Amino acid sequence: MTASTQSNAPAASPPIDKGGPEKDSPAKREFSANQLLLGAFFGVIFGFLLQKGGVAKYHILLGALLLEDFTVVKVMLTAIIVGSIGVFSLHAMGLVKLHIKPTRYAANIIGGLLFGVGFALLGYCPGTGAAALGQGNWDAIAGVLGLMAGSYLFAECSAWLGKTVMKWGDRGKLMLPELLGMRLSAFLLIFVPVLIVVLVAVDRFTVR
Amino acid sequence: MKTILLMSIGLSALSPLLLSAVTPGTHPRDYPGPAWSPYLVGGLIGVLSMFTFYFSDKPLGASTGYARLAGLLGRAVAPKHTDSLKFYKDNKPAVDWEVMLVLGAILGAFLAAWQGNELTGEWLPELWAARFGAGSLTLRLGAALVGGIFMAFGARLAGGCTSGHGISGTMQLSVGSWIAVICFFAGGIATALLLFRV
Repeated sequence: MTASTQSNAPAASPPIDKGGPEKDSPAKREFSANQLLLGAFFGVIFGFLLQKGGVAKYHILLGALLLEDFTVVKVMLTAIIVGSIGVFSLHAMGLVKLHIKPTRYAANIIGGLLFGVGFALLGYCPGTGAAALGQGNWDAIAGVLGLMAGSYLFAECSAWLGKTVMKWGDRGKLMLPELLGMRLSAFLLIFVPVLIVVLVAVDRFTVR
Repeated sequence: MKTILLMSIGLSALSPLLLSAVTPGTHPRDYPGPAWSPYLVGGLIGVLSMFTFYFSDKPLGASTGYARLAGLLGRAVAPKHTDSLKFYKDNKPAVDWEVMLVLGAILGAFLAAWQGNELTGEWLPELWAARFGAGSLTLRLGAALVGGIFMAFGARLAGGCTSGHGISGTMQLSVGSWIAVICFFAGGIATALLLFRV
C-alpha cells in the first residue's frame, strides 16, 4: 500500500535540491569583498546588455505595456530559454545550486499587480531603472527614490504581511514540473521547445 | 468670465478622457529601437545568469538591492526602529552582492550608451512629453516617485522584480515567478493603456 502510493507520487524522481531559505547568515558569501567585486562586475555587464537591448529606454518599456513594442518580451524569453538550459545543465553536473523562489499565491498575485501599476507609472523596473539612470534618463532618479521609499514602507508592514497575505496560499518552493506531476527532464523537453515556438511567433507577428 | 475659466480648466483636466484619438507622437515605435538584436542581448543575459550562479551562487535580481540601500538610510535616521522591522531582521541593511549589481548596472549602461552614442541627458522622456506636454516635469517626477513606491512594495510582496522573478525565477521554473510575471504585465498593461490610450 505504502509502496504503491509512493510509486504513484510525482516525486518518484529524485528530489531536487532547491536551495535553502534565502535569509542572511553571518557566513553568507555575498557580503565578502570578493563577492562585492564580482557583483559590481556582473552588474556592469548586466547594465551594458540592458542598455544595448534598448530596455533602458522609456518608450521601449512603455511600448511593451502598450502592446506595441515587443523588444522586452524578446529579450526576456530568450534569456529564459538560454538561462534555463544553461542553469539546469550546470545543476545536473553538480556545479551550481538552484535558488527557487517561493510560491505564495496571494502575495505573488497582489504584489505582482501592484508592481505592474508601478511599472507603468515609473516606466522602468528596478534593473532597467538603474540602466536608464546610467544612460542619462534623469527622471529615473525620482524612480530610484520611490523604489527605496517603497522598500522601506514594505519593511514597516513586513511583520503584519508575513502573518497574513504572505501565508495565504503559501506553497513553498514549488516548481512547474511538480505542479503538473512531471519529471524535471521531461518537463524541460516540452517547455523549452514551447518557449521557442512562442518566441518565433512573436518575431513573425510583431513589427518590433 | 470666472465660470468660463473654471469650465475650461475642468475640460482640460478631462481632455485625456474625451479624446478618443491617440495623441500624435505617442506611438512607441516612432522612437528609436534597440542598438543590438534583442535575441543577442537576451541570450547573453541567459549566459550571464549561468556565470552568476556558478561564481556567486546568486541569481540575477535587482529589487533587493534597493531594499538594502533603503535599510542603510533608515538605519542612519532611526537605527533602533529599522533594526526592529521583520524584513530587516531577515535581510540585514548592508551593501551586498545585489547592491553592487545595481550600482554596476548604472555604470555598465553609461558605458554602453556612451559607446553607442545614445547618452540622453534628459529629464522628460519624449514619449511622455508627447502625451503630457513639455511642461509636465513635476507630473513626470511625481508619477515616477509614486510608481517606484508601488513597484518596490509590490516586488517585496511578490518576492522579486522583472529580473528576480521575470528572468531568474521563470528560468528555474518557479510557479510563483510565472504567476508574478504575468501579474506584472497584467497590472502594467492596464495602467499603461489608461495613461496613454484613454
